[in-house]
Amino acid sequence: MYTQALDLPDAQHAAVARPAPSDSALQAHFDDKISQEQKIEPRDWMPEHYRKTLVRQISQHAHSEIVGMLPEGNWISRAPSLKRKAILIAKVQDEGGHGLYLYSAAETLGTSRDQMLDALHTGRAKYSSIFNYPTLTWADVGVIGWLVDGAAIMNQIPLCRCSYGPYARAMVRICKEESFHQRQGFESLMVMMQGTSEQQAMVQDAVNRWWWKCLAMFGPPDSDSPNSAQSQRWGIKRISNDDLRQSFVDATVPQAKVLGVSLPDPDLKWNEERQHHDYGAIDWDEFWATVNGNGPCNQERLATRVKAWEDGAWVREAALAHARKNAARSLKEAA
Amino acid sequence: MSIPPQTPEALKPLSEWPLWEVFVRSKQGLEHKHCGSLHASDADHALRLARDVYTRRQEGVSIWVVPSSAITASEPNDKAEFFDPSGDKIYRHPTFYAIPDDVGHM
Repeated sequence: MYTQALDLPDAQHAAVARPAPSDSALQAHFDDKISQEQKIEPRDWMPEHYRKTLVRQISQHAHSEIVGMLPEGNWISRAPSLKRKAILIAKVQDEGGHGLYLYSAAETLGTSRDQMLDALHTGRAKYSSIFNYPTLTWADVGVIGWLVDGAAIMNQIPLCRCSYGPYARAMVRICKEESFHQRQGFESLMVMMQGTSEQQAMVQDAVNRWWWKCLAMFGPPDSDSPNSAQSQRWGIKRISNDDLRQSFVDATVPQAKVLGVSLPDPDLKWNEERQHHDYGAIDWDEFWATVNGNGPCNQERLATRVKAWEDGAWVREAALAHARKNAARSLKEAA
Repeated sequence: MSIPPQTPEALKPLSEWPLWEVFVRSKQGLEHKHCGSLHASDADHALRLARDVYTRRQEGVSIWVVPSSAITASEPNDKAEFFDPSGDKIYRHPTFYAIPDDVGHM
């Protein structure tokens, strides 16, 4: 799975709802629950802004899972062995499943699946910008598992403690499955690093292209992340973007050493005083350009997704027609 | 105030498959437990999808699917009054009764 700390306002969610005065008792009860670390469940009262924030975040997260199937899906028919093909199919199927868990969680907030899909397909909703980059070689598939899924896990583990029950439960399930994704990627790269010099160069090239994009997955710096503070107060977000990014860098450096690749950052070094790695500046202009639709694959990804949805329309309609016919038949037989 | 978990049937576009709640028995001898929901055209379809979505790693030996619209739930806002009658009946708990130590385990 995959989320970046995408806390980015969609056009339709710009307005911030303030609780009406008559809601103040309910608001107090809600605040109380949040401060006592109790979960909020679907039919509990919640502030409109909390509901909207969750719908936006969970649906963006779900869209990311579904769009995330595309860059890797391209490699299913090109996997180098039957074993790698089976693993990749299982992984891509997991991503589809993660999308479904998350859409279900978002639906408990009163938004229909069709509304969410419509927002994705018309370009109103965001998804993780990492999927707007191309997967050029087989090594990219391994690097997505190791680094992209690794970054996603770092982001998602704190979400298992999210204050909204259905989201937290979906995240527990997703995190359990995610560990396979990262490990299969790392192992596949290990095999390539024991291969020819061309294979090793292919891995290094993929790492060079994905590293900075993975750091950007954690979202804008804390100083430039206006929604984060509210999300943290509500127990939706637990750890800040910069802290998560730091944990990811610290965890990845020794893994890169084991793998035998370098990370493409001349400023990356251990800081004894901070007990963390220092790293260089992230190109936020590129990040925002991609988020805003101008990455290398934005149009292709959305077009592929919309085509799949439209091509599947007759299947969805036929299944429904079949179900209605069966229901009518059994009614008739009963009569 | 509270919004029901699902969009009312009447507001749904006809093209959307109905919503089902999924319950999985993780192993023989344990109860079925709610694990999520999904959209499917009918009950058989829901079972197949539930298998693919919720038991990809042998998480279950049995699945129930129930139309979400068939579930009646208690009102969260009435929680206090609804569950209140059992709150003051502490004599329903074994620890209410003092038994001499020399009786041993009881």
